[in-house]
Amino acid sequence: MEQVGQRKIDGMWLMVVGIAVLFFLILPTLIVIPMSFSGASFLEFPPTSFSFRWYAAYFGSPEWMSATQTSLIAALMTTAIATPLGSLCAYGLHCSTPQIRASAQALVIMPIIVPVILIAVGVFSLYAKLGLNYTLTGIVIAHTALALPFVIVTVMSGLQNYDFDQELAARSLGASRAVALLTITVPQVKFSIQTGAFLAFITSLDEVVISMLVSGGDNATITRRMFNSLRDQLDPTIAAISTCLIVVSVTALIGVQLIGHRKNIDK
Amino acid sequence: MNLAEDSKGAQTLQNASTLKSEEYRERVTLLGLSLPAVLAILIVVFLPIFWLSSLSFYNAAGALSLENYARIFESALYRRTFVVTFQISIAVTVICVFLGYPLCYWLSKLPDRTAAMLMVFVLVPFWTSVLVRTYAWLVLLQRNGVINSSLMSLGVIEEPLQLAHNLTGSIIGMVHIMLPFLILPLYATMRSIDTDLVRAAVGLGSSPRGAFWRVFFPMSLPGLFAGIVLVFILSLGFYVTPALLGGGRVQMLAQRIESTITVYSNWGAASALGVVLLLLALMMIWLMNRVFGLDKLFMR
Repeated sequence: MEQVGQRKIDGMWLMVVGIAVLFFLILPTLIVIPMSFSGASFLEFPPTSFSFRWYAAYFGSPEWMSATQTSLIAALMTTAIATPLGSLCAYGLHCSTPQIRASAQALVIMPIIVPVILIAVGVFSLYAKLGLNYTLTGIVIAHTALALPFVIVTVMSGLQNYDFDQELAARSLGASRAVALLTITVPQVKFSIQTGAFLAFITSLDEVVISMLVSGGDNATITRRMFNSLRDQLDPTIAAISTCLIVVSVTALIGVQLIGHRKNIDK
Repeated sequence: MNLAEDSKGAQTLQNASTLKSEEYRERVTLLGLSLPAVLAILIVVFLPIFWLSSLSFYNAAGALSLENYARIFESALYRRTFVVTFQISIAVTVICVFLGYPLCYWLSKLPDRTAAMLMVFVLVPFWTSVLVRTYAWLVLLQRNGVINSSLMSLGVIEEPLQLAHNLTGSIIGMVHIMLPFLILPLYATMRSIDTDLVRAAVGLGSSPRGAFWRVFFPMSLPGLFAGIVLVFILSLGFYVTPALLGGGRVQMLAQRIESTITVYSNWGAASALGVVLLLLALMMIWLMNRVFGLDKLFMR
Protein backbone atom coordinates (compact mmCIF):
# COMPACT_ATOMS: atom_id res chain seq x y z
CA MET A 1 0.00 0.00 0.00
CA GLU A 2 2.82 2.33 0.95
CA GLN A 3 4.60 1.31 -2.25
CA VAL A 4 1.63 2.20 -4.40
CA GLY A 5 1.52 5.65 -2.80
CA GLN A 6 5.22 6.13 -3.41
CA ARG A 7 4.76 5.08 -7.02
CA LYS A 8 1.97 7.61 -7.51
CA ILE A 9 4.14 10.41 -6.11
CA ASP A 10 7.07 9.32 -8.30
CA GLY A 11 4.76 9.29 -11.33
CA MET A 12 3.42 12.76 -10.50
CA TRP A 13 6.89 14.18 -10.22
CA LEU A 14 7.89 12.58 -13.48
CA MET A 15 4.88 14.11 -15.23
CA VAL A 16 5.52 17.59 -13.79
CA VAL A 17 9.18 17.52 -14.84
CA GLY A 18 8.31 16.07 -18.26
CA ILE A 19 5.72 18.75 -19.00
CA ALA A 20 8.05 21.51 -17.74
CA VAL A 21 10.82 20.31 -20.08
CA LEU A 22 8.43 20.13 -23.03
CA PHE A 23 7.39 23.74 -22.37
CA PHE A 24 11.03 24.76 -22.02
CA LEU A 25 11.60 23.31 -25.50
CA ILE A 26 8.56 24.66 -27.31
CA LEU A 27 7.84 28.09 -25.79
CA PRO A 28 11.10 29.89 -26.68
CA THR A 29 10.84 28.39 -30.16
CA LEU A 30 7.40 29.85 -30.79
CA ILE A 31 7.70 33.11 -28.84
CA VAL A 32 8.99 35.01 -31.87
CA ILE A 33 5.65 34.50 -33.63
CA PRO A 34 3.55 36.82 -31.39
CA MET A 35 6.50 39.22 -31.21
CA SER A 36 6.63 39.55 -34.98
CA PHE A 37 3.09 41.03 -35.00
CA SER A 38 3.95 43.72 -32.47
CA GLY A 39 3.12 47.32 -33.33
CA ALA A 40 5.80 48.81 -31.10
CA SER A 41 9.01 50.14 -32.56
CA PHE A 42 11.09 48.10 -30.11
CA LEU A 43 10.98 44.47 -29.05
CA GLU A 44 8.45 43.68 -26.40
CA PHE A 45 6.86 40.58 -25.06
CA PRO A 46 3.98 40.23 -24.62
CA PRO A 47 3.20 42.68 -27.46
CA THR A 48 0.76 45.48 -26.59
CA SER A 49 -0.44 46.31 -30.10
CA PHE A 50 -0.90 44.44 -33.34
CA SER A 51 0.53 45.30 -36.73
CA PHE A 52 2.17 43.91 -39.83
CA ARG A 53 4.84 46.61 -39.82
CA TRP A 54 7.79 44.18 -39.34
CA TYR A 55 6.55 42.04 -42.20
CA ALA A 56 6.29 45.20 -44.29
CA ALA A 57 9.84 46.08 -43.25
CA TYR A 58 11.05 42.60 -44.23
CA PHE A 59 9.26 42.32 -47.56
CA GLY A 60 10.00 45.96 -48.40
CA SER A 61 13.74 45.68 -47.90
CA PRO A 62 15.74 44.96 -51.08
CA GLU A 63 18.66 43.62 -48.99
CA TRP A 64 16.52 41.14 -47.05
CA MET A 65 14.67 40.10 -50.21
CA SER A 66 17.91 39.49 -52.09
CA ALA A 67 19.26 37.44 -49.16
CA THR A 68 16.02 35.45 -49.02
CA GLN A 69 16.24 34.78 -52.73
CA THR A 70 19.87 33.60 -52.42
CA SER A 71 18.98 31.28 -49.54
CA LEU A 72 15.95 29.79 -51.30
CA ILE A 73 17.81 29.21 -54.56
CA ALA A 74 20.77 27.69 -52.70
CA ALA A 75 18.46 25.42 -50.69
CA LEU A 76 16.55 24.28 -53.79
CA MET A 77 19.74 23.60 -55.75
CA THR A 78 21.28 21.78 -52.78
CA THR A 79 18.17 19.60 -52.55
CA ALA A 80 18.18 18.97 -56.31
CA ILE A 81 21.80 17.78 -56.23
CA ALA A 82 22.07 16.08 -52.82
CA THR A 83 18.87 14.01 -53.16
CA PRO A 84 19.82 12.00 -56.30
CA LEU A 85 23.52 11.76 -55.38
CA GLY A 86 22.73 10.67 -51.83
CA SER A 87 20.06 8.19 -52.91
CA LEU A 88 22.37 6.56 -55.48
CA CYS A 89 25.13 6.40 -52.87
CA ALA A 90 22.76 4.77 -50.37
CA TYR A 91 21.72 2.21 -53.01
CA GLY A 92 25.34 1.47 -53.92
CA LEU A 93 26.35 1.05 -50.27
CA HIS A 94 23.27 -1.04 -49.48
CA CYS A 95 24.29 -3.59 -52.12
CA SER A 96 28.02 -3.57 -51.29
CA THR A 97 29.87 -6.00 -49.06
CA PRO A 98 29.56 -5.35 -45.30
CA GLN A 99 33.20 -4.24 -44.99
CA ILE A 100 32.92 -1.60 -47.72
CA ARG A 101 29.59 -0.47 -46.29
CA ALA A 102 30.97 -0.07 -42.76
CA SER A 103 33.95 2.05 -43.79
CA ALA A 104 31.93 4.11 -46.27
CA GLN A 105 29.25 4.77 -43.64
CA ALA A 106 31.87 6.11 -41.24
CA LEU A 107 33.19 8.40 -43.95
CA VAL A 108 29.82 9.54 -45.14
CA ILE A 109 28.50 10.70 -41.74
CA MET A 110 31.63 12.73 -41.02
CA PRO A 111 30.09 16.02 -42.21
CA ILE A 112 27.54 15.72 -39.38
CA ILE A 113 30.13 14.95 -36.72
CA VAL A 114 33.14 17.09 -37.68
CA PRO A 115 32.68 20.53 -36.05
CA VAL A 116 31.14 22.73 -38.72
CA ILE A 117 33.52 25.61 -37.96
CA LEU A 118 36.39 23.43 -39.25
CA ILE A 119 34.51 22.62 -42.45
CA ALA A 120 33.70 26.32 -42.83
CA VAL A 121 37.29 27.50 -42.40
CA GLY A 122 38.57 24.71 -44.67
CA VAL A 123 36.06 25.43 -47.41
CA PHE A 124 36.75 29.16 -47.09
CA SER A 125 40.47 28.65 -47.72
CA LEU A 126 39.84 26.17 -50.56
CA TYR A 127 37.41 28.59 -52.20
CA ALA A 128 39.92 31.43 -51.86
CA LYS A 129 42.17 29.49 -54.25
CA LEU A 130 39.32 28.60 -56.62
CA GLY A 131 37.62 32.00 -56.55
CA LEU A 132 34.40 30.46 -55.25
CA ASN A 133 33.93 32.65 -52.17
CA TYR A 134 30.84 34.88 -52.38
CA THR A 135 29.38 32.80 -55.23
CA LEU A 136 26.13 30.83 -55.32
CA THR A 137 28.03 27.83 -56.75
CA GLY A 138 30.32 27.83 -53.73
CA ILE A 139 27.42 27.90 -51.26
CA VAL A 140 25.60 25.10 -53.09
CA ILE A 141 28.70 22.83 -53.23
CA ALA A 142 29.39 23.24 -49.50
CA HIS A 143 25.74 22.80 -48.51
CA THR A 144 25.46 19.71 -50.71
CA ALA A 145 28.30 18.03 -48.82
CA LEU A 146 26.57 18.91 -45.53
CA ALA A 147 23.17 17.66 -46.71
CA LEU A 148 24.37 14.37 -48.27
CA PRO A 149 24.71 12.45 -44.98
CA PHE A 150 21.06 13.15 -44.11
CA VAL A 151 19.86 11.85 -47.49
CA ILE A 152 22.15 8.81 -47.34
CA VAL A 153 21.12 7.89 -43.79
CA THR A 154 17.37 8.18 -44.44
CA VAL A 155 17.46 6.35 -47.78
CA MET A 156 19.65 3.56 -46.38
CA SER A 157 17.24 3.00 -43.53
CA GLY A 158 14.42 2.93 -46.08
CA LEU A 159 16.28 0.32 -48.15
CA GLN A 160 16.73 -1.83 -45.04
CA ASN A 161 12.96 -2.20 -44.80
CA TYR A 162 12.63 -2.95 -48.51
CA ASP A 163 12.59 -6.50 -49.82
CA PHE A 164 15.47 -6.40 -52.28
CA ASP A 165 14.36 -9.69 -53.91
CA GLN A 166 11.75 -7.64 -55.79
CA GLU A 167 14.45 -5.87 -57.75
CA LEU A 168 16.33 -9.14 -58.31
CA ALA A 169 13.10 -10.73 -59.59
CA ALA A 170 12.59 -7.87 -62.05
CA ARG A 171 16.15 -8.23 -63.29
CA SER A 172 15.97 -11.99 -63.65
CA LEU A 173 12.82 -11.44 -65.73
CA GLY A 174 14.83 -9.31 -68.14
CA ALA A 175 14.75 -5.74 -66.80
CA SER A 176 18.05 -3.93 -66.90
CA ARG A 177 19.51 -2.74 -63.63
CA ALA A 178 18.58 0.87 -64.36
CA VAL A 179 14.98 -0.03 -65.26
CA ALA A 180 14.62 -2.27 -62.21
CA LEU A 181 16.06 0.42 -59.96
CA LEU A 182 13.85 3.19 -61.30
CA THR A 183 10.57 1.29 -61.70
CA ILE A 184 10.71 -1.22 -58.82
CA THR A 185 13.04 0.03 -56.09
CA VAL A 186 12.69 3.82 -56.23
CA PRO A 187 8.87 3.87 -55.91
CA GLN A 188 9.11 1.65 -52.83
CA VAL A 189 11.64 3.82 -51.02
CA LYS A 190 10.09 7.04 -52.35
CA PHE A 191 9.12 8.12 -48.83
CA SER A 192 12.66 7.88 -47.51
CA ILE A 193 13.92 9.83 -50.52
CA GLN A 194 11.33 12.56 -49.92
CA THR A 195 12.26 12.73 -46.22
CA GLY A 196 15.92 13.02 -47.21
CA ALA A 197 15.04 15.82 -49.63
CA PHE A 198 13.20 17.77 -46.90
CA LEU A 199 16.16 17.36 -44.58
CA ALA A 200 18.57 18.52 -47.29
CA PHE A 201 16.44 21.62 -47.93
CA ILE A 202 16.24 22.57 -44.24
CA THR A 203 19.95 21.85 -43.72
CA SER A 204 20.87 24.32 -46.44
CA LEU A 205 18.27 26.95 -45.54
CA ASP A 206 19.21 27.05 -41.84
CA GLU A 207 22.98 26.69 -42.24
CA VAL A 208 24.84 29.60 -40.58
CA VAL A 209 28.54 29.00 -40.03
CA ILE A 210 29.65 28.11 -43.57
CA SER A 211 27.39 30.80 -45.03
CA MET A 212 28.91 33.32 -42.67
CA LEU A 213 32.37 32.83 -44.16
CA VAL A 214 31.65 31.72 -47.71
CA SER A 215 28.61 33.78 -48.73
CA GLY A 216 28.55 37.53 -48.99
CA GLY A 217 28.14 40.52 -51.26
CA ASP A 218 25.19 40.01 -53.59
CA ASN A 219 25.15 36.36 -52.60
CA ALA A 220 24.81 36.78 -48.84
CA THR A 221 22.38 34.22 -47.43
CA ILE A 222 19.57 35.18 -45.09
CA THR A 223 21.25 33.43 -42.15
CA ARG A 224 24.46 35.43 -42.70
CA ARG A 225 22.51 38.69 -42.69
CA MET A 226 20.52 37.65 -39.63
CA PHE A 227 23.68 36.66 -37.75
CA ASN A 228 25.40 39.95 -38.49
CA SER A 229 22.31 41.95 -37.62
CA LEU A 230 21.88 40.09 -34.30
CA ARG A 231 25.45 40.89 -33.34
CA ASP A 232 24.65 44.60 -33.41
CA GLN A 233 21.11 44.97 -32.12
CA LEU A 234 17.76 43.26 -31.65
CA ASP A 235 15.97 44.36 -34.80
CA PRO A 236 12.24 43.36 -34.62
CA THR A 237 12.37 42.68 -38.39
CA ILE A 238 14.25 39.50 -37.43
CA ALA A 239 11.13 38.33 -35.56
CA ALA A 240 9.14 38.52 -38.81
CA ILE A 241 11.89 36.69 -40.73
CA SER A 242 12.16 34.08 -37.96
CA THR A 243 8.42 33.47 -38.12
CA CYS A 244 8.70 32.85 -41.87
CA LEU A 245 11.59 30.41 -41.26
CA ILE A 246 9.57 28.58 -38.58
CA VAL A 247 6.65 28.26 -41.00
CA VAL A 248 8.97 26.70 -43.60
CA SER A 249 10.52 24.28 -41.06
CA VAL A 250 7.19 23.25 -39.58
CA THR A 251 5.73 22.75 -43.07
CA ALA A 252 8.68 20.47 -43.89
CA LEU A 253 8.24 18.63 -40.59
CA ILE A 254 4.52 18.12 -41.24
CA GLY A 255 5.42 16.91 -44.73
CA VAL A 256 7.78 14.30 -43.30
CA GLN A 257 5.27 13.22 -40.64
CA LEU A 258 2.52 12.86 -43.23
CA ILE A 259 4.83 10.80 -45.41
CA GLY A 260 5.64 8.55 -42.46
CA HIS A 261 1.97 8.27 -41.55
CA ARG A 262 0.94 7.34 -45.10
CA LYS A 263 3.74 4.79 -45.19
CA ASN A 264 2.44 3.15 -42.02
CA ILE A 265 -1.06 2.98 -43.47
CA ASP A 266 0.25 1.41 -46.66
CA LYS A 267 1.87 -1.40 -44.71
CA MET B 1 31.94 -41.28 -68.76
CA ASN B 2 35.28 -39.74 -67.97
CA LEU B 3 34.90 -37.35 -70.85
CA ALA B 4 31.50 -36.25 -69.66
CA GLU B 5 32.82 -35.57 -66.18
CA ASP B 6 35.72 -33.59 -67.61
CA SER B 7 33.51 -31.35 -69.68
CA LYS B 8 31.24 -30.84 -66.69
CA GLY B 9 34.26 -29.76 -64.66
CA ALA B 10 35.35 -27.35 -67.37
CA GLN B 11 31.83 -25.99 -67.52
CA THR B 12 31.85 -25.38 -63.77
CA LEU B 13 35.23 -23.66 -64.06
CA GLN B 14 34.00 -21.48 -66.86
CA ASN B 15 30.86 -20.65 -64.88
CA ALA B 16 32.99 -19.79 -61.88
CA SER B 17 35.16 -17.39 -63.88
CA THR B 18 32.11 -15.77 -65.50
CA LEU B 19 30.55 -15.41 -62.07
CA LYS B 20 33.74 -13.91 -60.76
CA SER B 21 33.97 -11.31 -63.53
CA GLU B 22 30.25 -10.60 -63.09
CA GLU B 23 30.83 -10.08 -59.39
CA TYR B 24 33.73 -7.77 -60.15
CA ARG B 25 31.62 -5.78 -62.62
CA GLU B 26 28.84 -5.57 -60.04
CA ARG B 27 31.23 -4.25 -57.43
CA VAL B 28 32.58 -1.60 -59.82
CA THR B 29 29.05 -0.53 -60.76
CA LEU B 30 28.03 -0.17 -57.13
CA LEU B 31 31.16 1.76 -56.30
CA GLY B 32 30.48 3.98 -59.30
CA LEU B 33 26.99 4.76 -57.98
CA SER B 34 28.32 5.71 -54.56
CA LEU B 35 31.32 7.59 -55.85
CA PRO B 36 29.85 11.04 -56.66
CA ALA B 37 28.50 11.54 -53.13
CA VAL B 38 31.61 10.14 -51.49
CA LEU B 39 33.82 12.32 -53.68
CA ALA B 40 31.78 15.43 -52.86
CA ILE B 41 32.23 14.78 -49.15
CA LEU B 42 35.94 13.99 -49.57
CA ILE B 43 36.61 17.16 -51.56
CA VAL B 44 34.50 19.56 -49.50
CA VAL B 45 35.05 18.17 -46.01
CA PHE B 46 38.20 16.05 -45.89
CA LEU B 47 40.56 17.71 -48.36
CA PRO B 48 40.36 21.25 -46.89
CA ILE B 49 40.63 19.93 -43.34
CA PHE B 50 43.75 17.90 -44.19
CA TRP B 51 45.27 20.91 -45.90
CA LEU B 52 44.33 23.10 -42.96
CA SER B 53 45.83 20.62 -40.51
CA SER B 54 49.11 20.67 -42.43
CA LEU B 55 49.30 24.45 -41.94
CA SER B 56 49.53 23.95 -38.19
CA PHE B 57 52.99 22.39 -38.55
CA TYR B 58 54.55 25.50 -40.11
CA ASN B 59 55.62 28.58 -38.18
CA ALA B 60 55.24 32.20 -39.34
CA ALA B 61 58.55 31.98 -41.24
CA GLY B 62 57.24 28.98 -43.20
CA ALA B 63 59.55 26.42 -41.58
CA LEU B 64 58.37 23.09 -40.17
CA SER B 65 57.86 23.38 -36.42
CA LEU B 66 55.57 22.59 -33.53
CA GLU B 67 55.49 26.25 -32.46
CA ASN B 68 51.75 26.53 -32.95
CA TYR B 69 51.09 23.60 -30.64
CA ALA B 70 53.58 24.81 -28.07
CA ARG B 71 51.75 28.12 -27.99
CA ILE B 72 48.43 26.44 -27.28
CA PHE B 73 49.91 25.08 -24.06
CA GLU B 74 51.88 28.19 -23.14
CA SER B 75 49.45 30.98 -23.95
CA ALA B 76 47.12 31.79 -21.08
CA LEU B 77 44.53 32.99 -23.59
CA TYR B 78 44.33 29.66 -25.41
CA ARG B 79 44.41 27.71 -22.17
CA ARG B 80 41.46 29.75 -20.95
CA THR B 81 39.62 29.08 -24.18
CA PHE B 82 40.02 25.33 -23.67
CA VAL B 83 38.98 25.53 -20.03
CA VAL B 84 35.88 27.60 -20.85
CA THR B 85 34.98 25.30 -23.75
CA PHE B 86 35.16 22.21 -21.55
CA GLN B 87 33.33 23.85 -18.65
CA ILE B 88 30.46 24.94 -20.87
CA SER B 89 30.28 21.64 -22.77
CA ILE B 90 30.23 19.61 -19.55
CA ALA B 91 27.65 21.91 -17.93
CA VAL B 92 25.41 21.76 -21.00
CA THR B 93 25.70 17.96 -21.22
CA VAL B 94 24.93 17.44 -17.52
CA ILE B 95 21.90 19.78 -17.61
CA CYS B 96 20.64 18.06 -20.77
CA VAL B 97 20.85 14.66 -19.03
CA PHE B 98 18.89 15.88 -16.00
CA LEU B 99 16.22 17.49 -18.17
CA GLY B 100 16.14 14.87 -20.91
CA TYR B 101 16.18 11.61 -18.97
CA PRO B 102 13.00 12.21 -16.90
CA LEU B 103 11.20 13.50 -20.01
CA CYS B 104 12.15 10.45 -22.08
CA TYR B 105 11.25 8.08 -19.25
CA TRP B 106 7.86 9.71 -18.81
CA LEU B 107 7.20 9.67 -22.57
CA SER B 108 8.28 6.04 -22.89
CA LYS B 109 5.62 4.99 -20.37
CA LEU B 110 2.80 6.84 -22.15
CA PRO B 111 0.62 5.18 -24.81
CA ASP B 112 2.19 5.32 -28.31
CA ARG B 113 -0.22 7.89 -29.74
CA THR B 114 0.06 10.33 -26.83
CA ALA B 115 3.84 10.03 -26.79
CA ALA B 116 4.03 10.58 -30.55
CA MET B 117 1.90 13.72 -30.20
CA LEU B 118 4.05 15.07 -27.37
CA MET B 119 7.20 14.36 -29.38
CA VAL B 120 6.10 17.22 -31.65
CA PHE B 121 7.21 19.50 -28.79
CA VAL B 122 10.70 18.09 -29.27
CA LEU B 123 10.69 17.89 -33.06
CA VAL B 124 9.50 21.44 -33.79
CA PRO B 125 12.46 23.03 -31.95
CA PHE B 126 14.77 20.41 -33.46
CA TRP B 127 13.72 21.44 -36.97
CA THR B 128 13.72 25.17 -36.24
CA SER B 129 16.79 27.18 -37.19
CA VAL B 130 19.42 27.58 -34.46
CA LEU B 131 19.52 31.31 -35.27
CA VAL B 132 15.79 31.72 -34.69
CA ARG B 133 15.98 30.01 -31.31
CA THR B 134 19.07 31.97 -30.28
CA TYR B 135 17.27 35.18 -31.23
CA ALA B 136 14.31 34.17 -29.08
CA TRP B 137 16.59 33.64 -26.09
CA LEU B 138 18.29 36.99 -26.70
CA VAL B 139 14.90 38.65 -26.42
CA LEU B 140 13.73 36.57 -23.44
CA LEU B 141 16.93 37.04 -21.44
CA GLN B 142 17.55 40.72 -22.11
CA ARG B 143 17.55 43.22 -19.24
CA ASN B 144 13.93 44.27 -19.70
CA GLY B 145 12.95 40.85 -21.09
CA VAL B 146 10.01 38.76 -19.99
CA ILE B 147 12.03 36.58 -17.59
CA ASN B 148 13.49 39.52 -15.69
CA SER B 149 10.22 41.43 -15.58
CA SER B 150 8.19 38.46 -14.34
CA LEU B 151 10.77 37.60 -11.68
CA MET B 152 10.66 41.24 -10.56
CA SER B 153 6.88 41.44 -10.46
CA LEU B 154 6.86 38.21 -8.42
CA GLY B 155 9.23 39.91 -6.02
CA VAL B 156 11.93 37.25 -6.41
CA ILE B 157 14.51 39.82 -7.43
CA GLU B 158 14.79 43.59 -7.03
CA GLU B 159 17.23 44.39 -9.82
CA PRO B 160 17.10 42.79 -13.27
CA LEU B 161 19.56 39.90 -13.55
CA GLN B 162 22.27 39.92 -16.18
CA LEU B 163 21.12 36.86 -18.11
CA ALA B 164 22.21 37.48 -21.70
CA HIS B 165 25.64 38.44 -23.05
CA ASN B 166 27.43 36.21 -20.55
CA LEU B 167 28.11 32.61 -19.55
CA THR B 168 24.62 32.03 -18.10
CA GLY B 169 22.95 33.09 -21.34
CA SER B 170 25.26 30.94 -23.43
CA ILE B 171 24.56 27.87 -21.33
CA ILE B 172 20.77 28.38 -21.28
CA GLY B 173 20.68 28.85 -25.06
CA MET B 174 22.96 25.90 -25.72
CA VAL B 175 20.94 23.56 -23.50
CA HIS B 176 17.84 24.50 -25.49
CA ILE B 177 19.58 23.74 -28.81
CA MET B 178 21.29 20.53 -27.64
CA LEU B 179 18.45 18.90 -25.65
CA PRO B 180 16.75 17.27 -28.69
CA PHE B 181 20.07 15.63 -29.62
CA LEU B 182 20.02 13.90 -26.24
CA ILE B 183 16.31 13.11 -26.29
CA LEU B 184 16.06 11.51 -29.74
CA PRO B 185 18.55 8.60 -29.30
CA LEU B 186 17.60 8.13 -25.63
CA TYR B 187 13.87 8.01 -26.34
CA ALA B 188 14.38 5.57 -29.23
CA THR B 189 16.35 3.26 -26.93
CA MET B 190 13.77 3.47 -24.12
CA ARG B 191 10.94 2.67 -26.52
CA SER B 192 12.72 -0.51 -27.56
CA ILE B 193 13.13 -1.72 -23.95
CA ASP B 194 10.88 -4.66 -23.15
CA THR B 195 8.86 -3.37 -20.18
CA ASP B 196 7.83 -6.93 -19.31
CA LEU B 197 11.31 -7.30 -17.82
CA VAL B 198 10.61 -4.45 -15.39
CA ARG B 199 7.24 -5.97 -14.54
CA ALA B 200 8.92 -9.34 -14.00
CA ALA B 201 11.40 -7.75 -11.58
CA VAL B 202 8.53 -6.21 -9.60
CA GLY B 203 6.65 -9.49 -9.71
CA LEU B 204 9.69 -11.25 -8.27
CA GLY B 205 9.69 -8.91 -5.29
CA SER B 206 11.71 -5.89 -6.34
CA SER B 207 10.45 -2.45 -5.35
CA PRO B 208 9.43 -0.24 -8.33
CA ARG B 209 12.42 2.01 -7.67
CA GLY B 210 14.74 -0.96 -7.40
CA ALA B 211 13.38 -2.37 -10.66
CA PHE B 212 13.95 0.98 -12.35
CA TRP B 213 17.57 1.30 -11.23
CA ARG B 214 18.56 -2.34 -11.68
CA VAL B 215 16.59 -3.28 -14.78
CA PHE B 216 15.34 -0.30 -16.78
CA PHE B 217 18.18 2.17 -16.25
CA PRO B 218 21.02 -0.18 -17.32
CA MET B 219 19.10 -1.04 -20.49
CA SER B 220 18.65 2.66 -21.32
CA LEU B 221 22.38 3.37 -20.97
CA PRO B 222 23.38 2.83 -24.63
CA GLY B 223 20.89 5.49 -25.75
CA LEU B 224 21.86 7.82 -22.92
CA PHE B 225 25.51 7.40 -23.81
CA ALA B 226 24.88 8.11 -27.50
CA GLY B 227 23.00 11.28 -26.56
CA ILE B 228 25.72 12.41 -24.16
CA VAL B 229 28.48 11.95 -26.74
CA LEU B 230 26.43 13.71 -29.41
CA VAL B 231 25.66 16.70 -27.16
CA PHE B 232 29.25 16.89 -25.93
CA ILE B 233 30.84 16.80 -29.41
CA LEU B 234 28.40 19.34 -30.81
CA SER B 235 28.95 21.62 -27.78
CA LEU B 236 32.75 21.49 -28.10
CA GLY B 237 32.60 22.89 -31.63
CA PHE B 238 29.51 25.09 -31.24
CA TYR B 239 29.72 28.55 -32.73
CA VAL B 240 26.44 30.41 -33.25
CA THR B 241 24.74 30.47 -29.85
CA PRO B 242 27.76 31.30 -27.64
CA ALA B 243 28.86 33.91 -30.18
CA LEU B 244 25.49 35.70 -29.91
CA LEU B 245 24.38 34.96 -26.34
CA GLY B 246 27.91 35.27 -24.94
CA GLY B 247 28.07 38.85 -26.18
CA GLY B 248 31.83 38.64 -26.76
CA ARG B 249 32.48 37.77 -23.10
CA VAL B 250 32.40 34.03 -23.71
CA GLN B 251 35.05 32.73 -26.10
CA MET B 252 34.69 29.07 -26.94
CA LEU B 253 37.04 27.14 -29.19
CA ALA B 254 35.04 27.63 -32.38
CA GLN B 255 34.88 31.42 -31.93
CA ARG B 256 38.59 31.53 -31.11
CA ILE B 257 39.36 29.66 -34.34
CA GLU B 258 37.13 31.99 -36.35
CA SER B 259 38.54 35.20 -34.85
CA THR B 260 42.15 33.95 -35.12
CA ILE B 261 41.57 33.76 -38.87
CA THR B 262 39.23 36.62 -39.67
CA VAL B 263 40.70 39.15 -37.22
CA TYR B 264 44.35 38.12 -36.87
CA SER B 265 44.84 36.12 -40.11
CA ASN B 266 46.94 33.68 -38.12
CA TRP B 267 46.24 30.48 -40.04
CA GLY B 268 48.93 28.45 -38.29
CA ALA B 269 47.55 29.09 -34.80
CA ALA B 270 43.94 28.65 -35.92
CA SER B 271 44.67 25.33 -37.61
CA ALA B 272 46.52 24.01 -34.55
CA LEU B 273 43.40 24.81 -32.50
CA GLY B 274 41.34 23.14 -35.22
CA VAL B 275 43.45 19.98 -35.13
CA VAL B 276 43.00 19.72 -31.36
CA LEU B 277 39.24 20.21 -31.72
CA LEU B 278 39.10 17.60 -34.49
CA LEU B 279 41.08 15.07 -32.45
CA LEU B 280 38.78 15.61 -29.46
CA ALA B 281 35.72 15.07 -31.66
CA LEU B 282 37.18 11.96 -33.31
CA MET B 283 38.11 10.49 -29.93
CA MET B 284 34.54 10.94 -28.73
CA ILE B 285 33.19 9.34 -31.89
CA TRP B 286 35.56 6.40 -31.53
CA LEU B 287 34.33 5.96 -27.98
CA MET B 288 30.72 6.19 -29.09
CA ASN B 289 31.35 3.63 -31.83
CA ARG B 290 32.82 1.21 -29.28
CA VAL B 291 29.87 1.50 -26.92
CA PHE B 292 26.88 2.25 -29.14
CA GLY B 293 27.86 1.45 -32.73
CA LEU B 294 27.62 4.10 -35.42
CA ASP B 295 25.72 1.51 -37.47
CA LYS B 296 22.63 2.21 -35.38
CA LEU B 297 22.43 5.66 -36.93
CA PHE B 298 21.60 3.93 -40.20
CA MET B 299 18.72 1.89 -38.85
CA ARG B 300 15.40 2.82 -37.48
